[in-house]
Amino acid sequence: MERSAAAFENDLNLKATELRLGLPGTDNEPDHQQSSSSSSSQLIKNNKRSCSEMDGARQTGQQQESGAPAPKAQVVGWPPVRNYRKNVLEQQKKPESDTGSGMFVKVSMDGAPYLRKIDLKFYKNYLDLLKALENMFKCTIGVYSEREGYNGSEYAPTYEDKDGDWMLVGDVPWDMFVTSCRRLRIMKGSEAKGLACL
Amino acid sequence: MAYSFPEEVLEHVFSFLSSDRDRNAVSLVCKSWYEIERWCRRRVFIGNCYAVSPDIVIRRFPEVRALEMKGKPHFADFNLVPEGWGAYVHPWIRAMSAAYPLLEEIKLKRMVVTDESLELIARSFKNFKVLVLSSCEGFTTDGLASIAANCRNLRELDLRESEVEDLSGHWLSHFPDNCTSLVSLNMSCLGSEVSFSALERLVARCPNLRTLRLNRAVPIEKLPNLLHRAPQLVELGTGAYSAEIRSDIFSNLAEAFSVCKQLKGLSGFWDVVPAFLPAMYSVCSGITSLNLSYATIQSPDLVKLVSQCRNLQRLWVLDYIEDTGLEALAASCKDLQELRVFPSDPFGAEPNVALTEQGLVSVSEGCPKLQSVLYFCRQMSNAALVTIARNRPEMIRFRLCIIEPQAPDYLTLEPLDAGFGAIVENCKELRRLSMSGLLTDKVFEYIGNHAKKLEMLSIAFAGDSDLGLHHVLSGCESLRKLEIRDCPFGDKALLANAAKLETMRSLWMSSCSVSFGACKLLGQKMPRLNVEVIDERGPPDSRPESCPVEKLYVYRTVAGRRADMPGFVWTMDGDKSLTFS
Repeated sequence: MERSAAAFENDLNLKATELRLGLPGTDNEPDHQQSSSSSSSQLIKNNKRSCSEMDGARQTGQQQESGAPAPKAQVVGWPPVRNYRKNVLEQQKKPESDTGSGMFVKVSMDGAPYLRKIDLKFYKNYLDLLKALENMFKCTIGVYSEREGYNGSEYAPTYEDKDGDWMLVGDVPWDMFVTSCRRLRIMKGSEAKGLACL
Repeated sequence: MAYSFPEEVLEHVFSFLSSDRDRNAVSLVCKSWYEIERWCRRRVFIGNCYAVSPDIVIRRFPEVRALEMKGKPHFADFNLVPEGWGAYVHPWIRAMSAAYPLLEEIKLKRMVVTDESLELIARSFKNFKVLVLSSCEGFTTDGLASIAANCRNLRELDLRESEVEDLSGHWLSHFPDNCTSLVSLNMSCLGSEVSFSALERLVARCPNLRTLRLNRAVPIEKLPNLLHRAPQLVELGTGAYSAEIRSDIFSNLAEAFSVCKQLKGLSGFWDVVPAFLPAMYSVCSGITSLNLSYATIQSPDLVKLVSQCRNLQRLWVLDYIEDTGLEALAASCKDLQELRVFPSDPFGAEPNVALTEQGLVSVSEGCPKLQSVLYFCRQMSNAALVTIARNRPEMIRFRLCIIEPQAPDYLTLEPLDAGFGAIVENCKELRRLSMSGLLTDKVFEYIGNHAKKLEMLSIAFAGDSDLGLHHVLSGCESLRKLEIRDCPFGDKALLANAAKLETMRSLWMSSCSVSFGACKLLGQKMPRLNVEVIDERGPPDSRPESCPVEKLYVYRTVAGRRADMPGFVWTMDGDKSLTFS
């Protein structure tokens, strides 16, 4: 694995499969978010101020806020939800694996005598994960390509998703993979050919 | 003048007085009563740690056994108070370690507590029994280890919602084998896994354990072990409530719950797998308090659980419960007194659940004892608020957060003045109110005219002018705490009502229109107030006097200006125009 992470991600062509709101082919934040953010900053501007200098100071602040298309609620401390609660909700948005905290999934490799467990949260991207798997099982997984899968390598990484289907690792954006992966299986290259050709 | 009763008799009579107000009244009768009372006051409550100094407290009350104290302003919970602002408990611990060797209880809220303080507590107070740290920060699990290891008679260790630097779970193993006194243990805010066998043994050897709030790291499969060893539990906080769905785990859990005949309160429920909820059904009829505010499960599962709890008095839940769930709640739980509905997606642009004002209206209709509400939602109408007000005139706490700032009545697009006006007009016992949505000066007129028992008011993005603030300060006779953010309130109302501020605990104003000049004037006029300007842009006198300050915190004090202000806090002293600490 000599490529840089960026090149790897480009090869995975994440942008094409990324789920976003907005028309395909556009790169901008969708319209409704922009109008909402400008309206919320307008709301704050409408409050009458007694000091012109203050208006100046606040407006620069506001302009900074409305310049970048920010999501609606970027006001500090609003809505009034405590940090602990915010953090817990953020964590729980990603459905946890069956074993509860952490995102531990079983990893099996064809021919290996026992399974291993890894915490998906520990890895930042596919490169990280595949490197770790290669290390753990002393095998070569090779390089992903959208057309060919892991063709040419000894092993191919696959995973069982939320629906119970066996998928090739690398097709979907990393974040989506992490939330939908239930368990991993490192298949012998010869078997995996079938998956890659779909 | 001869007295009918000797001192001992008076002291005995005073010992029946627990309320501070009564004791304060007694102290004012005459010098002799003042003296007798101060020597026998055992509990002290300090609502603002900067209102008084340790020396003053110790001088007046030499025999205190229990201290309860609060530090940072409430808006610190929402990141409005910068890091390093203050509320350090250490000077208090240092002073008390010398003066109160028999101290038994320390309860703190929103204060900075260090390991050094915890170690000093553990070393200094031989009979230390109760430590409650609510929303505190600054300490690590090493400090907890000191407490566990040294406080031989420890009854309560409660870390509710504190931010603890979690170095390891090893601290729990520091409880000595001969510690059998625990009554309450709340470690729910901690992340690390503690040694389960140490926990098990601790629970087993403390026969008086009533409250056990576990942290997320305690797995559900192990919960039965603890319940079997503590069937007398009254309050339980589970750990993560999820596992592989296996029948043996379920049956063990169900059996363990069935043994706990005294359970009244349940909390925890992180990562809930709905399939395991029925394991609790055997205790539901006795449950009076249920905190499901971390349980990300959907309305049908919530309803199934809640409708088993016919004696429920307090429910904290996420908005996943939706209007339909709240309707079911209103039908099943006729004893409900307190409802808190938290947002599952507070920063989302669009509503993610079907929870509207209707849910709250249903509960107000169906639950005759409802008196305390905290409700996050995305739409509200005057009609709904008026209905709620008429349904529940005995409401005591009403906190409504409409997520979009300045959202109008969604039906009429008018301000919500009339709705909140109905609340304060009908609910004559209202002590706490938090408002949101589109509000003009009119609502403050209603509040000033009607909210005579209101003690705490929270305002955000509301009002048109100083008149709004003036109505509140001049009309609300019982007001103790006022916190305001992002409102166009300025100098006139503040200066005209300066004297009012001495009758209150504190005033917070951030992102309003109060000028530096007015702050200085207030500080000069009112020597018994600390007028503190918080401004991270640099010294206020580097800008014109008319320039508004970022944040203002005003509080009454007998301790003078504080000595521990960080670089972004300036006190408006009477002597000089600007004082640095």
